[in-house]
Amino acid sequence: MIWIVQNLWLIPALPILAAGIAALLKQRSRIAAASLAIGSMAFSFLLSLCAFAHVLLHPSAEPLVRNIPWFQFGNEWLKIGWMLDPLTAVMLVMVTFVGLLIFIYSTGYMEHDENFTRFFCFLALFAGAMLGVVIANSLLLLFMCWEIVGLTSYLLIGFWYFTPSAAAAAKKAFITTRIGDLGFLIGMVWLYAQSHTLLFYDAGAGCLEGRSLFHLVATTTVLGLTSASAIGILIFCGAAGKSGQVPLHVWLPDAMEGPTPVSALIHAATMVAAGVFLIARIFPLMYAYTVVKATNEPLSMLVIVPSPALHVVVWVGAITALFGATIAVAQYDIKRILAYSTVSQLGYMMMGLGVGGVSVGMFHLITHAFFKALLFLGAGSVIHGCAGEQDIRRMGGLRKYMPVTFAVYAIGMLALCGFPFFFSGFWSKDAILHAAHNWSVSQLPFYMGALGALLTAFYMTRQVCYVFFGSLRLPAAGHVAHSEPHSEDTDHHGAGTPHESPAVMTVPLMILAAFAILLGFFGTPAWPWFQSFLEGTQPAFSFAGFSEPGIIPVMLSSSLIVFLGLGLGWWFYYRQPIATADSPDAVGRLAPGAFSVLGHAYYIDALYGATLIRINTIWSRLCDWFDRFIWNGAVQTVSYLVLGVAWTDNFVDNYVVNTTFDGGCHTVSFGGRVLALLQGGRVQGYLRMIGVALIGLVIFLLWGAKA
Amino acid sequence: MSPLQGYLTLSALLFSIGLAGALTRRNAILVLIGIELMLNAANLNFIAFWRFGPHPAALTGIMFAIFSISVAAAEAAVGLAIILAAYRHSRTTDLDKMNSLKG
Repeated sequence: MIWIVQNLWLIPALPILAAGIAALLKQRSRIAAASLAIGSMAFSFLLSLCAFAHVLLHPSAEPLVRNIPWFQFGNEWLKIGWMLDPLTAVMLVMVTFVGLLIFIYSTGYMEHDENFTRFFCFLALFAGAMLGVVIANSLLLLFMCWEIVGLTSYLLIGFWYFTPSAAAAAKKAFITTRIGDLGFLIGMVWLYAQSHTLLFYDAGAGCLEGRSLFHLVATTTVLGLTSASAIGILIFCGAAGKSGQVPLHVWLPDAMEGPTPVSALIHAATMVAAGVFLIARIFPLMYAYTVVKATNEPLSMLVIVPSPALHVVVWVGAITALFGATIAVAQYDIKRILAYSTVSQLGYMMMGLGVGGVSVGMFHLITHAFFKALLFLGAGSVIHGCAGEQDIRRMGGLRKYMPVTFAVYAIGMLALCGFPFFFSGFWSKDAILHAAHNWSVSQLPFYMGALGALLTAFYMTRQVCYVFFGSLRLPAAGHVAHSEPHSEDTDHHGAGTPHESPAVMTVPLMILAAFAILLGFFGTPAWPWFQSFLEGTQPAFSFAGFSEPGIIPVMLSSSLIVFLGLGLGWWFYYRQPIATADSPDAVGRLAPGAFSVLGHAYYIDALYGATLIRINTIWSRLCDWFDRFIWNGAVQTVSYLVLGVAWTDNFVDNYVVNTTFDGGCHTVSFGGRVLALLQGGRVQGYLRMIGVALIGLVIFLLWGAKA
Repeated sequence: MSPLQGYLTLSALLFSIGLAGALTRRNAILVLIGIELMLNAANLNFIAFWRFGPHPAALTGIMFAIFSISVAAAEAAVGLAIILAAYRHSRTTDLDKMNSLKG
């Protein structure tokens, strides 16, 4: 089965090829574009399953790599390559499977859009680039795919570029992530300077392997950081930008201007998880500090000291987890609630990576990908059914109109809340909280995470109560704010009655719902299959896993927290049904000031606008002023001087030189008129002359060479 | 056929396509594109002669190509700016209609 390693490149190449062909198709060939994208994704999915099976059947401690020299630079060959290890295999299967479902769903959701072909072209390009990020064995290749992913994110957020808000959101996303990527790039260059390779694994010579790591932790730089940690923190900047960590999270909620399948695929399930994946991929680098500290001491003295880079990851993650959850409480847009929830969950993943290692963070990444894609696609189904309405205040009572969507949405919501025992979110979030509880440095991230979990349960209950319970508050047709261009829908389905979505949309939802429940059982403390798979060991089934110190109390307290959050949500939003679209929020009545601050996301956008953007504007105005008055003044002075000289010259010319030479001039001008016949005024005539002359020259040279 | 000959043939083809484009197109932008093609044919020659020439280890060819690419980029920027200016002046990009330099 080694052929799967040889041909792993096919997995990203197929969707990229499909995107290339779809780009050449006509706008009307909708079926061809969709089937190309879906077909290539299905093939990639099958190949990913083969890769997964290979890793499953032949576990090995070393990742399987294949490196190819790319180009020569001086005496060094720059190599790129791909690799197959459990991390890659899991991500491959997740990305292709979720991607495939979302592609299928999109054919229903985007049915009425005239740029259907372009949409699938971008989607396929995104999928290919994302798979490239996953299989890359070189930081350079990863970075290139990473940037293509950023580009497609920009293209898809701005898919409805004719709405100014979408165009602005696309620019914002691109520029914000670029700020993080600058750190990534500097880290990458530094890493190359230190270890002379960007390959992760290369039979002992890669930058994540012993020799290079040893070198990296042996050198210290500013603030007493080892260069491994400093590089790790720089690369984390890129991950923070992509994964919407504070303070670079501002683009992610605005990214919801894109079509909902895009929000589900790119801004919830896969792309934003790329940052988390990146940190998991370079985890040996982030972790390196500990390893070397440990080797100097006898085994009994082992004290796990998390490296400074992991400190940064944990704190940023914990702050983001709490921060996103608080903002989500006060939002009214169905997709913005989910967006802030994504920000918060990404914070959990980062925190999980920092406190518990790769398997803890990655487990939450995988389960989150499924249930958040489910929630987004469910929200898309709601928006589709309500003819483009996105404000939860104008929904309500949809349970009766959209039973299937309600059922799957409830499953997704319970999984996100971490409802005990039956939903995947419970097991993965619990693993993070347990690891945070055992973190040797501080207990604070654990409490922040627990508070975030309480808020998560609360805001999801609020959202579900608003959308699915109570009475229908959808305004009559014509007053619907078209946040998404779905006007065709209103024509088709009449005014104001929501309708269930077609099967092409509900079936992927049901499949995702099944996974949102089942996946959790692959990572319970009793049967930590996922964790052992990532670490390359054999999983053992025993209930003894529950008796590990701290597991049961953490589980009980997190269950209590979830029930408390659900209960609070029920108390505020279900007990007194929301009567009209204009009635104030139940929590908003209690603390209007705080609610308004949360509703405006702590005014972070305004803060950035007042500081960073204003500084930039002032600087550009200053440059403009400098250009206009200083440089232009200098140029003007010189030009007046030249003018003066010219006036003098003109005088001398006219009255002294001209009269003398007029006679000669007449002769010359006659010659000029003759020669001007050659000057036809057509540029291509001259070009043709040059071409003929060139041919003449070539013939002459050839003839001369022969003679 | 040796690889060098292959590269030279390719670049000659590229050059001819560029030349044909530059000669036959009416649209100034397409003429500019033709010129870019010819430039890139020249770049290909630089690289090919360097790679198969007597000193492939020295980076002369690649440096030459990089210089030439930067010059081409500058040239494209200036060329487009000129076309824009000419378009603003005469409201057309048709070269046959821009013949006010006729002697």
